[in-house]
Amino acid sequence: MAKEVSEEEKRVEEFEPLIVAFCCNWCSYAGADLAGTSRFEYPPNMRIIRVMCTGRIDPTFVLEALSMGADGVLVAGCHPGDCHYQKGNYMMEKRFSYIKRAVESIGIEPDRVRLEWISASEGGKFAALVREMTEQVRQLGPSPFRLTHDPK
Amino acid sequence: MKEEPRVGVFICHCGVNIGGVVNVPETTEYAKKLPYVAYAEHNLYTCSEAGLAAIKKAIEEYNLNRVVVASCTPRTHEPLFRSACQEAGLNPYLFEMANIRDQCSWVHVHEPERATAKAKDLVRMAVAKAALLEPQIEPEVEVRDTSLVIGAGIAGMTAALSMANQGFKVYLIEREKEPGGIVRKLYKLYPTLVDSSEVVDPLIEAAGSHKNIEFMSSTTLKEISGYVGNFDAVLTSPDGDKEVKVGTIIVACGALNYRPPMGLYQYEVYDKVITQEELDGILRRGNLGKPERIVMIQCVGARKGEIRPSELEAFPRSDTAELLRKILRARKEEGWPYCSRICCMNAIKNAILVKEQSPRTDVVILFGDLRVYKEYEDFYRKARDLEVRFIRHVEEAPPEITQTPDGRLEVMAYDSLSGLEVKFPADWVALSTPLRPRRGEVMHARMLKIPIGTDGFLMEAHLKLRPVDTNVDGIFIAGTVSGPKDVSESIISAKAAAARASILMGNRKVRAEAITAVVDEDLCIGCGLCEEICPYGAPRIENQKSEIREILCRGCGSCAAECPRRAITMRHFGDHQVLAQVKALLIPESLEEVGS
Repeated sequence: MAKEVSEEEKRVEEFEPLIVAFCCNWCSYAGADLAGTSRFEYPPNMRIIRVMCTGRIDPTFVLEALSMGADGVLVAGCHPGDCHYQKGNYMMEKRFSYIKRAVESIGIEPDRVRLEWISASEGGKFAALVREMTEQVRQLGPSPFRLTHDPK
Repeated sequence: MKEEPRVGVFICHCGVNIGGVVNVPETTEYAKKLPYVAYAEHNLYTCSEAGLAAIKKAIEEYNLNRVVVASCTPRTHEPLFRSACQEAGLNPYLFEMANIRDQCSWVHVHEPERATAKAKDLVRMAVAKAALLEPQIEPEVEVRDTSLVIGAGIAGMTAALSMANQGFKVYLIEREKEPGGIVRKLYKLYPTLVDSSEVVDPLIEAAGSHKNIEFMSSTTLKEISGYVGNFDAVLTSPDGDKEVKVGTIIVACGALNYRPPMGLYQYEVYDKVITQEELDGILRRGNLGKPERIVMIQCVGARKGEIRPSELEAFPRSDTAELLRKILRARKEEGWPYCSRICCMNAIKNAILVKEQSPRTDVVILFGDLRVYKEYEDFYRKARDLEVRFIRHVEEAPPEITQTPDGRLEVMAYDSLSGLEVKFPADWVALSTPLRPRRGEVMHARMLKIPIGTDGFLMEAHLKLRPVDTNVDGIFIAGTVSGPKDVSESIISAKAAAARASILMGNRKVRAEAITAVVDEDLCIGCGLCEEICPYGAPRIENQKSEIREILCRGCGSCAAECPRRAITMRHFGDHQVLAQVKALLIPESLEEVGS
C-alpha cells in the first residue's frame, strides 16, 4: 500500500526555496568558486550577490530581500581574523544580532537568515552549507512575503 | 541628463563547461528581451581573442554603454573583460559579470533545466546592476623614490643595498646597537660551513658606506602615517626623534631565537643542558674539550599544541592588538604548532662541527621528525658518514633528562623503531629551539596595519602569488619576520621585496583603488562613526563633516553600511546597485523601473 502523503509533506516536498546570498569577494565568493572548480554539487536554490566585504552589507539589504519574498538570506564572509579589510566581518557579526531581532519582529522565522564564515579554501563547506540551508528553509516553507518568483 | 543604458550581453559556452549544462542559446534569447539590453550574443569562449573582438565590435556597432559577460568568475576574468571595454572606449567600470560557470553549470551538472533558469536569473541581476553602473576613475598617486627598511639583519641590509644600488635613497634602521641581526651572532652557516662573518661583514661594510643608505642604529619606528608612495615615518633613538618621508617600506625586523623557559628539558636546572645557540658559542670559542657524548633534542618548543578554530572564533572583535595578544597568549599555553624549518639543519651543522673539533665524541640526535629538504639531504648524509647517530623517539613521549649520582646527565627516550627504552649518559644536552615571532613585530604590525598569521608572524598578501607583499600597498616583508627562513631564503625574500618596492619607486606613480567610499555632505552630521570604524583611517571629520580621503580608502564599504545618516555611498557597490540585483531576482518584472 502506498504511503499516504499528507498535504503538509507534499507542500514541503514540492516547494523550492529561493535564497539570496551576500558573499564577500575574498573568502566566501572564492569558496563558492572553489566548490565549482571542485565540482561539488548543490541544489540550485541560491543566488549569490557579490560585495567586497561583509562589512558592506547593510542590514536593509537583508530585510529588503526578505520583504521582497526571499525564502532565506545567507550572509557569508571570511573567518574571524581573516578579513581582507581586517575587521569588516566583525562589524557584520555585530550587526547580525540585531538583524535577527528585526527579522523576528516583522514576523519572519529568524532561522531564515544565517551568517556563516567560509574561507576561500572551503569549497566543500560552501556546498554543504547550501545543501543544508536549502533543506532548512524548505522545512520552514515559503516566505510569508513571497510574491511570484519560482526558481524551478 | 543621464544617457539611457544600452547594455550588451555576452554569454559564454566556455566550450562544454557552461554550454554542456546551461542552455546558452535559450539564455541569450532571454537576455535579448530584457529591458535596457540593446544587444546579446553567445560565444564559444568569450575570453578568447575572437570573443574579446566581438565585445569591442558590438560596443561600436550597437553603441553600447554597458557590458555584461555571463561566464566564469570575476575574480579571475574581470580585469580581462574590463580592459576589452576600455580598448573600445568604454570606462572599464561600466562592466558587470554573471558567474554562470563556477556557481552554476559546474555545481548543477545533473539539473540542466534549473541551471538554465538560474543562469537567466543571474543574467537578469547583472543587467539590473549594469544599468545603474557609473564610470569610475582610478586616481593616480605620486610615489616618492625613497624607502624605509626596518631591521638591519641580513634581510634588511640585502634589501637596502639592492634598492640603493638602483639609485633609491634608503633609510635603514636597526633597534640594536650593531647591524647584522641573528646571523652576526652565529659561528658557521650550513651547508657550506663558512664563517657567518664572511657573509655578514661585507654586507655591514657595504650598507654602512653606501652613499644612498642612511643607517641608523638603536632606532625604532615610533609613528607612521600616509599611504602608498607617501609614508611619513617618525623614527626614535636615544638622540631624539627624526621624521622621514618615504615612498615604500620594507619590514625586515626578524624573529626571535627562542630560549626555553626554565625547567623545560631541565634547561637552567642542570647547567650542561644548553641551547644550540649556546653550543654554537662554545664551538666558536673552541672550548668544547673532549666530551664523551653530546645528545641533541629536536623540536623543543615547536610543533606542539595547536590552535583550535573555536579558539580563533572566540577572539575579540576589537582591534588587531588585542587579537595578537590573544594569539601570543594562546601560544604560551598550547605550544607552537609550526615547524621552524632551520633547527634540523642547525643541529646537523653543530653535530658536524663537534665531530670536527672532537672526532671521538659520540653525537646523538633525538628527533620526532627530521626535515632536511633540497640539497640539505647531502649534509645529513655527511653527518651520518661522520657517525652522528639519528634516533627517532616516540613522539608522544618526549625524552627525559635526569642527573646520575656522579653528576653526569642521562637522557632517556623511547626508540620508535624498537619501542624500547634507550638511555644515554651525556656530558652535554643541546636543545634545538625554533625561531619565534617577536613581540616588537606585533607593535610594528599594528602600527603598519599588516595582519598577523595564526603562528604570530607577519602575513603576506598571498602565500603563493604575492609572497613578499603585504595587505598594505607599498609595504613589503623580507626575511624571518614572516616566518622561519635560513640565510639564503632570507636573502631571496629580501631581494624580492626590494624588487617589488623598486617597481613602485621606479614608476614614480601608482594607480589607486577606484572603488572607494564618498560622503554626501548634505546628509552628513559629522558624528564620526566612520572615522572610528575605518581600519585605514580614511575618513576625517573637518568642520563637522566627514571627508573620505580616496587614496587611503580600500573600498570595504563598512562605513557605508554603518553610517546612521546613509550619507556614505560605496562606489560600484552602492545601496541602489546592490538592491537592484535583489529586486531583479525576486521581482523580475521590476527591472523596467531600474533606470527610471
